[in-house]
Amino acid sequence: MIHAFRRSAWAGLVLALLCFALPALAKEPDYPKLTGRVVDQAGILSDEVEGQLTGWLQGFEQDTKRQVVVATIKSLDGEAIEEYGVGLGRKWGIGQKGTDSGAILLVAPNDRQVRIEVGYGLEGELTDAVSRAIIEQQIVPSFKQGDYETGVINGTAAMLNALGWKGAPQAVAQPVPGPGPAVGFDWITLLYFGGFFLFIVLRMMFGRRGRRGLWGAASSGWGGGWGSGGGFSSGGGGFSSGGGSFGGGGASGRW
Amino acid sequence: MIRALHSGKNVFLAVALAIGLSACGINNVPTYDEEVKAAWSQVQNQYQRRADLIPNLVETVKGYADHEQETLTAVVEARAKATQMTLPANITENPEAFAQFQQNQSALSSALARLMVVVEKYPDLKANQNFLALQSQLEGTENRISVARRDYIQAVQKYNTELRTIPGRWVAGIFYPDAKVKETFAATAESQAAPKVNFQ
Repeated sequence: MIHAFRRSAWAGLVLALLCFALPALAKEPDYPKLTGRVVDQAGILSDEVEGQLTGWLQGFEQDTKRQVVVATIKSLDGEAIEEYGVGLGRKWGIGQKGTDSGAILLVAPNDRQVRIEVGYGLEGELTDAVSRAIIEQQIVPSFKQGDYETGVINGTAAMLNALGWKGAPQAVAQPVPGPGPAVGFDWITLLYFGGFFLFIVLRMMFGRRGRRGLWGAASSGWGGGWGSGGGFSSGGGGFSSGGGSFGGGGASGRW
Repeated sequence: MIRALHSGKNVFLAVALAIGLSACGINNVPTYDEEVKAAWSQVQNQYQRRADLIPNLVETVKGYADHEQETLTAVVEARAKATQMTLPANITENPEAFAQFQQNQSALSSALARLMVVVEKYPDLKANQNFLALQSQLEGTENRISVARRDYIQAVQKYNTELRTIPGRWVAGIFYPDAKVKETFAATAESQAAPKVNFQ
């Protein structure tokens, strides 16, 4: 009796050990590595612009605990940008686990497509309609002229603004389509300068926290004021994704 | 003494077996079952979200494109059919109900696709901010639906594979005799055919 039990138990154990050796295989596109808040695989952004964007994105996360990442990729590997975006977002795990509070600005210059991929938790603010407005009004016009940097800067700033962060200047007044009349220009200007002023005052009060994010933009326009490697140049030091998930929210555009 | 040794060995064996079995996936069936359930409710959510957008969309289009009664009616009817269907609790294991659900939703998809082709004829409508917002929400929701469907298909695949292959099949046979293979989405002929554009 005991012997029979033992024999079957041993057999079970051997079987169980065999089960350890079954790795799960899944095919997916060749996603770039998450090396920082700005992953410029396509090589369309200068170091200055990367530094500027990183400064904003870092400040944004510190203030709101949310994560926004900018990614430029060489190729979509034949996938639809919507599928690629969700896959990349999930692979990287942008946003906090549980709240899924992440978003990605995904640019595929060689496929001439762009997408704002929005995590579950941010879909209420960065809605599909707002995402599309940002793509059509802030990003695509510059991309059409081959000016990727301006498009990415304006698009990122608009995304951060839409998520209620005042640290990034609003480059162009944007009427966001939605139920009700478009937002007037004066209101935007007021918000922009008010928010900007408030931000500077807060910064003076609470110190600089070792970042150069806004000062460069304020003192010398886009892309100025940086040495190379400001803040976040290599290795991804200090940034790790929170494990957020994505469900296909956002909008895509072509140019 | 020998007995104690024996029972010690037996305890060791039992523990090793328990650890081994859980590595082997004695809990896989219920775990995957829960994943399928979660994925399914996401699918339902997103279809519901689409259904919720439609009344607003139809109202907006009506104001500009009253000549398209037929197309609009088709959308309204397809929506009614899709939302009126009562889903049995075990829909994921019920082939008829599942097929019915899929058929209703894909009928709505094609009615909507036709509507979105028709509206191309109305530049005033396409400039309407409200319409643009609705259109982008609809696009986003269609995308969410396809993500949710894909997640569901993957979850079911994992679950069904567990039920049908060894050792999961043995585990399920012993511990979860009620577990049934689940239904999944198939690409329908309708959803694969892009809506036709007629130049007149």
